[in-house]
Amino acid sequence: MKVNDVILKSVVRGVVFIVFTLGMYLFFAGHNAPGGGFIGGLVLGSGIVLLYLTYDIETVHKGMPFDFKKVAAIGVLLATGSAIASVFFDVPFLTQTDGYYNLPLIGEKHLSTVTIFEAGVALTVVGTLVTIILNISEDE
Amino acid sequence: MVIAFSIMLPFLAAALIPLIYRRFKNIHLGWFVLIIPVALFSLLATYIPRIANGEVFKKTIEWIPSFGINITTYLDGLSMIFGLLITGVGSLVILYSIFYLSTKESLHHFYCYLLLFMGAMLGVVFSDNLMVLYVFWELTSVSSFLLIAFWHHRKASRAGARKAMTITVSGGVAMLAGFLMLYVASGTFSIREIIANLDVVQSSVYFVPAMCLVLLGAFTKSAQFPFHIWLPDAMEAPTPVSAYLHSATMVKAGIYLVARTTPIFGGHEVWFWAVSGVGLLTLFWGSFNAVRQYDLKALLAYSTISQLGLIMSLFGLGSAALHFGYSTQSVIYTQATFAALFHLINHSTFKGALFMMVGIVDHEVGTRDIRRLGGLMSLMPFTFTIAVIGSASMAGLPPFNGFLSKEMFFTATLKITQLDIFSLDSIGLLFPIIAWVASIFTFIYCVIIVMRTFFGKIQPDRLEKPPHEAPFGMLISPFILVAFVIGIFIFPNVLGHYILSPAMASIYPMFPSAEELTPHIAAWHGYISTELIMTFGVIVVGVFLYRTLKKWRPVYQLIPQSFTLNAIYERVINSSEGVSGRVTNRYMNGNLTYYFVYIYVFFVTLLAGYMIYADVFSWDPSKDSVIEPYELVLVFVMIAAAIAIIFAKQRITVVLLNGVLGYSVAFFFVVFRAPDLALTQLVVESVTTALFLLSFKYLPKLKNEYISKSWRFAKVTISIAVGATVTLIGLAVMNYDRFEPISKYFEDSYDLAGGKNIVNTILGDFRAFDTMLEVVVLFIAGLGVYTLIKLKAKKGDADVESK
Repeated sequence: MKVNDVILKSVVRGVVFIVFTLGMYLFFAGHNAPGGGFIGGLVLGSGIVLLYLTYDIETVHKGMPFDFKKVAAIGVLLATGSAIASVFFDVPFLTQTDGYYNLPLIGEKHLSTVTIFEAGVALTVVGTLVTIILNISEDE
Repeated sequence: MVIAFSIMLPFLAAALIPLIYRRFKNIHLGWFVLIIPVALFSLLATYIPRIANGEVFKKTIEWIPSFGINITTYLDGLSMIFGLLITGVGSLVILYSIFYLSTKESLHHFYCYLLLFMGAMLGVVFSDNLMVLYVFWELTSVSSFLLIAFWHHRKASRAGARKAMTITVSGGVAMLAGFLMLYVASGTFSIREIIANLDVVQSSVYFVPAMCLVLLGAFTKSAQFPFHIWLPDAMEAPTPVSAYLHSATMVKAGIYLVARTTPIFGGHEVWFWAVSGVGLLTLFWGSFNAVRQYDLKALLAYSTISQLGLIMSLFGLGSAALHFGYSTQSVIYTQATFAALFHLINHSTFKGALFMMVGIVDHEVGTRDIRRLGGLMSLMPFTFTIAVIGSASMAGLPPFNGFLSKEMFFTATLKITQLDIFSLDSIGLLFPIIAWVASIFTFIYCVIIVMRTFFGKIQPDRLEKPPHEAPFGMLISPFILVAFVIGIFIFPNVLGHYILSPAMASIYPMFPSAEELTPHIAAWHGYISTELIMTFGVIVVGVFLYRTLKKWRPVYQLIPQSFTLNAIYERVINSSEGVSGRVTNRYMNGNLTYYFVYIYVFFVTLLAGYMIYADVFSWDPSKDSVIEPYELVLVFVMIAAAIAIIFAKQRITVVLLNGVLGYSVAFFFVVFRAPDLALTQLVVESVTTALFLLSFKYLPKLKNEYISKSWRFAKVTISIAVGATVTLIGLAVMNYDRFEPISKYFEDSYDLAGGKNIVNTILGDFRAFDTMLEVVVLFIAGLGVYTLIKLKAKKGDADVESK
């Protein structure tokens, strides 16, 4: 795809920002409102795919120098790791906990360990999604 | 907690190796790895006095408490012996490997596998829970597979690894079934609790089947006849691995299991005959076959098989003591178990040293074939010393530790003939005879190791390197081991009191005092005993047979090559590979339509079949809510799109119509107030469409193939059946009430999980195990796609397998 599509490129530049914001919002909103790790990851991943569709791989890679296989691996490690970590606190495997904390500047917030688990899910989704799409499109 | 940590430590270290190995190019990676077993050994050693006082250490970490599966670490005398062997021999082997393996090898793989193995092995011996034990047990098989195939460019290594894996894992699966039966019988996975409820277990119908299955696991792992055939092939592994896994630790896991479950099964006739019978048979067969070997490592492999048989048979003999319960009479028979534990340690010392000796010879001379070796005594005096001490101990000669345990073995076989249960009075006499004959063969192969390697004429032109003594570092580990060989002979009772006695207490928990179970070990009993005469006989007959070896060697040709167990194994494996290959090629014909047919036919038969069988196809429209007009519109759009797909002539039309279907479903989710699902559906739909478009140019054009009428009819029938099944299930689900509804559970999601979004609390809290595994599956699928596309074999690599 070597066509210099000005309209597409200009639109994507704005849209990707919105897509990423939405993805982050969905991820954090997950526990109490629609969203969560899986959807957040999918939205972020599709945003990245959109970038790859519009620009060529080298250009995007300069902006996001990630190896998405590693991103996926880190995600899996995070998800399984947070599951195992609960064992060290003398509670069963995969136990999650939450609580309200008074944080400086932003006031009382609801924090939950499930966020770590969900972050693992999200990273795996992003990593796998982008890896698969990149490889299929790169294949000769 | 300390013990749980000691199991974790090797795994943590194995995870760290890939991160650090690049940083230290100039230092051998083994030095870093060495720290771990040494630390663990020292840690365990601090527990010895307290264990000797009869204390046990138990700690439970909950894993799956609802199924009684918890990580319970249990440190008592028996696990102590094995723990010390694993870490002690482990330290020596790693020290040895530093000099054995050059930095050009892929050391980070090697030490990673070795640490995995060490952790798994510690897990096996420290676990009280049968399920956890099983997990670690199979992990030892897997890590051993990786280690045997370490030089994976060699075909023999891969074949050896596969053989070991096939045999030990099948045994492991049988053992799992046995464990499950024990669970059904006793209601617990904890070995301690099973022993506490022995009456219930022993009266269960599952008792004998469970026993046989557990024994199958133990026999395959410990290379007992007829499963021993994997051990000689496992010798394709680097020598440090052979010394560690295939003589000192992993093969003894089966023996550990037998010892550990003796309080449960011991005293039963089947157990007695199976363990002692198979053990003696293995002892004889191993020693008999060791004599015919030309490769020193293969010889040692068969000798290990035979020694494992010896230890196994002693545990069998010792279990007879449990038949009558505790009495002064039965205490005599526990001495067999004592001898078994004693020989277990002795075997690790002398066999470890011998393996390292063979490794040194191989390393410095370039061959292990005794037909090419000879006359190395003056050139390699230190190695020669190690070989003499190790072999003499293995042959059961004084003044080495093997002598003591071999005498005790003779004593045990002689004593058991006096026991009048299990019809021992008639065939019990065979026990000492087999033991004696096997010892003669043991003596012969020990002589072969020393004489053929170090005496005779040197043949420099048949060696690959000019022989010279090994570097000092390589000699340290075997020297430490032979120091133990002599040290144990001089002070056997120190070992007896501190190490063996607490182990006896854990094998005979219902016998009151450990002191009574611990005999005094003496090299000289003050009179000429029957055992001593037997030893003299072994030496005299052994020397005679060694002298006349050439004359009776043709005995080995009596069994034709095609009837050996190995040949049978090869035939079974090859033919099953051929058959499954042909079957698979028949149905995996590369045509996507066929695959869909299999999936859908299976789906319809299973689901529709079950629904009809359970008679749950019912639909009560009166309970349904009112259908809104816009819902009807959506349905008609979907129907139209679905029908249009069938008649579409171009692939792009199909993709777009498929998209219409997907987005309409998302609309339905919106209408039915399921925003999470709608979001997911929308994004997934967009991504799949993008994927489709990406791969579009690689797909062939849709073409009108000629399809026969009957095939067309079959396809239509299947399609309609699938559609009908899905529809009917969807309708029937409304009235299905066989399972308790889980909705109640989710009503208080906020109290239980702190989240207001039910869907998310299901994914992240209530059913997080599913989510976690799904993530792993997704990752593996991604890797699969990556490897399929990226790592295609380049041209010319195709024959890499046949090398």
